[in-house]
Amino acid sequence: MSDTLHIQHEVASHGHSGEPHMHHHKETFISKYIFSMDHKMIAKQFLVTGIIWAIIGGLFSVLFRLQLGFPDQSFPILETFFGRWAEGGKIKPEFYYALTTMHGTVLIFFVLTAGLSGTFANLLIPLQVGARDMASPFMNMLSFWFFFAASIVMLSSLFTQTGPAAGGWTVYPPLSALGLASQGSKSGMDLWIIAMTLFVASQLLGGLNYISTILNMRTKGMSMTRMPLTIWAILFTAILGVLSFPVLLSGLVLLMFDRHLGTSFYLSDIFVAGQALPNEGGSAILYQHLFWFLGHPEVYIIILPTMGLASEILAINSRKPVFGYMAMIASLMAICVLAFLVWAHHMFVTGLNPFLGSVFVLLTLLIAIPSAIKVFNWITTIWRGNIRFTPAMLFAIGFVSIFISGGLTGIWLGNSTIDIHLHDTMFVIAHFHIVMGVSAFFGMFAGIYHWFPKLFGRFMNNTLGYIHFWVTLACAYLIFWPMHYQGMAGMPRRYLDKSSWVSFSQFHSLDAMITVATIIAFSVQLMFVFNYFYSMYKGRRVRSQNPWGATTLEWTTPIHPGHGNWEGEIPEVHRWAYDYSKDGRDFIPQTEPVGEDESAH
Amino acid sequence: MQNFLIFAILILGFIITFQIARASEFVSVIRGEEKTRKQTNKINAALLLVFLIVGMFGVYWTQHTLGDKILKLGTSASDHGILVDRMIKYTLIATGIVFVGTQTLLFWYSFKYQESDKRTVYYFPHNNKLELLWTVVPAIVLTILIGFGIVYWYRITGAAPANAMQIEVTGSQFKWEFRYPGKDGVFGKKYYKNIDEANDNPLGQIWEDAANHDDIYESGQIHLVVGKPVKLIIGAKDVIHSVGLPHFRLKMDAVPGTPTTLWFTPIKTTKDMIKETGNGKFVYEIACDQMCGAGHTGMRGEIIVETQEEFDQWMASQKPKYVQMKEAAAAPAAPAAAAKDSVAAPAPATADSITAAGAAKKDSTAK
Ligand code: HEM
Ligand SMILES: [Cu+2]
Ligand SMILES: [Cu+2]
Repeated sequence: MSDTLHIQHEVASHGHSGEPHMHHHKETFISKYIFSMDHKMIAKQFLVTGIIWAIIGGLFSVLFRLQLGFPDQSFPILETFFGRWAEGGKIKPEFYYALTTMHGTVLIFFVLTAGLSGTFANLLIPLQVGARDMASPFMNMLSFWFFFAASIVMLSSLFTQTGPAAGGWTVYPPLSALGLASQGSKSGMDLWIIAMTLFVASQLLGGLNYISTILNMRTKGMSMTRMPLTIWAILFTAILGVLSFPVLLSGLVLLMFDRHLGTSFYLSDIFVAGQALPNEGGSAILYQHLFWFLGHPEVYIIILPTMGLASEILAINSRKPVFGYMAMIASLMAICVLAFLVWAHHMFVTGLNPFLGSVFVLLTLLIAIPSAIKVFNWITTIWRGNIRFTPAMLFAIGFVSIFISGGLTGIWLGNSTIDIHLHDTMFVIAHFHIVMGVSAFFGMFAGIYHWFPKLFGRFMNNTLGYIHFWVTLACAYLIFWPMHYQGMAGMPRRYLDKSSWVSFSQFHSLDAMITVATIIAFSVQLMFVFNYFYSMYKGRRVRSQNPWGATTLEWTTPIHPGHGNWEGEIPEVHRWAYDYSKDGRDFIPQTEPVGEDESAH
Repeated sequence: MQNFLIFAILILGFIITFQIARASEFVSVIRGEEKTRKQTNKINAALLLVFLIVGMFGVYWTQHTLGDKILKLGTSASDHGILVDRMIKYTLIATGIVFVGTQTLLFWYSFKYQESDKRTVYYFPHNNKLELLWTVVPAIVLTILIGFGIVYWYRITGAAPANAMQIEVTGSQFKWEFRYPGKDGVFGKKYYKNIDEANDNPLGQIWEDAANHDDIYESGQIHLVVGKPVKLIIGAKDVIHSVGLPHFRLKMDAVPGTPTTLWFTPIKTTKDMIKETGNGKFVYEIACDQMCGAGHTGMRGEIIVETQEEFDQWMASQKPKYVQMKEAAAAPAAPAAAAKDSVAAPAPATADSITAAGAAKKDSTAK
């Protein structure tokens, strides 16, 4: 591995003015680890909280898969843990729906939004654009603590008498508005709304900070078109979040009003549990518009950062520039814009005006074009490279494979004619778990393996990393590929026992197989978590400043960067981030001035 | 005990894996990290190729074993479903080609361009022609798919023919109820505050409206005529449900306060389907497709598609709800009848609404 380090920028010049928070002041345990304002520590806080939530959310899926895979069996251990929710060792329907709702909410919002963006935006923005910290470290800290508060409230809802929210992660009213209609719509639902309100606050604080840091705090020479794609991806993610989360909040506020103040935003003509409610004139569909106006951008909020991470990791480990840098930015931008214009594809069968439906078909399938461009560009990036299969690289390749598999079924569902049949079936479950759930996790794993050395100055164990990758990849396909078939049989999602149906009871052994694969996949994730914490303390030490031979700025900081990141001045940038294998050199760091006789790209 | 054993085995497996992983790290340090790295690189490259081959075989195998268990394309039981099936077929072909092509390239290139000291990397930052190509080609393919899709969509969602039979569908936790307009062909008015299950008015019909007097009420099951268009007018009493008709490839949400419609022409009778599927127990099912509470899984309805004669015969045996109500009120045993009905009808708080649907079915056949 080449050691062309650029020591000139390392020359320490302590006491430099304009570096207000270099490590001169004393840090206490609390200011360093808890109420930290160092972006790197906040990244770690997001990551660890995300990992804890991922274990909880993943465990929930194992529990409800037990029900799906073995509907006739009882598991006494469940009763031991969950008492009346699982009397006789069988999961009750209310509990099943509570589990699926919490699984979806936790993984989509708490793990793949907060955990993912929170970790990599915080870690990478200052390090890759060349800033000492975020524009507002204090807001950044608040962002984490709002997220933490949201977590506590959501967690507490699990322990209420009537259980947590149980109307699905989309919490459609009237079901979610009426305690009479479902146990999960009682106090658990209030806590859900409060938690999500805190969560939106956290997202806005974080997002505004990411945007202003990227726009204003780039180091000298770091023009927008010299930024690594990770940063571009994070920028668009933040824009999506800042513009769409408030709409979700408005929808939830109205829901709260309907629940407690007697308003009728979403309620009309309702006769439930033997009584007629006074509400008339509301529209239940209004909520769906508000929800999906966030809900669709949300899925891109999840996937865009991982697209950035994967682009970066594929280029570095192929020792080749990312193909079509400008096209990559343009397609991110196109996705960002179109993401706001397709929300009603989740509502084709709600009685939507057919003409409006056809407009949404057009816009939805348009969004497949930038996605396709990205896939082709990634494949061309590895073409004629010299590929090093680090665990991060394997996960990045897996990311592309999985993203293809899930993206293609989007073309099925985006066509309203097909969606009439497949909407709310297991096919949709397969689509979004593959394209969003599994791919985003793959991108996130790639990022964690790749930047672990920067986070902790140590490597994660490679062998465990390889086992983690291969088992996860195989299980991901084993679990979700066959679900397309269940959907093609018309099997609805959110059915916990199909035995009474003539049309859907033919998949017994398949469901059992999927459950077994889920348990294996989950155990391997626990192994990853173990690897993470073990390597934090005992992993192989990083010896060189730039272990992967990467061009970007984070690898010009010390192995253990302090608060402020660079010891001397912040380095200046002279070129884009992807000069790999140019003019016979393995890589040329961004900090190196363009040579006289260097070929232009 | 068994749980404990499984747990112990898991922990043991874990410890062994971890020890091997740790040992391999030490070995690599001793043998030279660079050498070990190159070797694992080769192994992983080979595994990627193996994964491609096994994976493609897996795709074939899945189709082989599960292909019989799904609703086969082209076997739809409604005219609109034929369009849906056709659209799926076109999309399957287009996406199938892309799937095989891109996955193959991805894994093959990964294998082929694995690290080697001999290779010089091709510095290839961009190429406008290529990029234009793979923007335009997907755009064209998608335009074709959109074109077919929108034409079919308009055909499916367009206005129902004037001669369509009309049926009102009402979803509530966790059952389906239906209403035929009766001889006058007009649904009587209803108002949700009139709903009174104990007194023979589960839909809240306004008895003062004479159009209500011949409306036929059904619970759990409806009859349709093969070859005759039917228009469903769909609503819900409490929360959102969805009328899912897998064999007809159709569905439409049932939203409280906002009626929706759906029309189609059934083209195969239930008996045809029994023959076609070879399943003696075959029945068209209505599946609730929108999460509606604890009993969602059991929210089942049935459709019987039959010939016009069979239908007329069945219809002749049905009594309008209005008449039932009057009879019950007149008869001295009125309270008993009302009590019987209210046992069958109310929404069970637990999930065993399967029994509710079953009871409802018995109810309707008994009358
Ligand atoms: C190739 C472009 C894509 C198209 C055309 C597409 C289209 C669709 C459509 C039409 C639906 C609604 C299906 C239904 O409920 O009946 C859907 C569901 C969904 N998609 Fe996609 N999709 C695409 C890519 C993605 C990506 C990249 C993600 C996430 C990273 C994603 C995440 C989701 C999720 C989470 C749902 C389901 C939400 C729910 O109902 O719970 N999709 N997609
Ligand atoms: Cu969407
Ligand atoms: Cu339902």
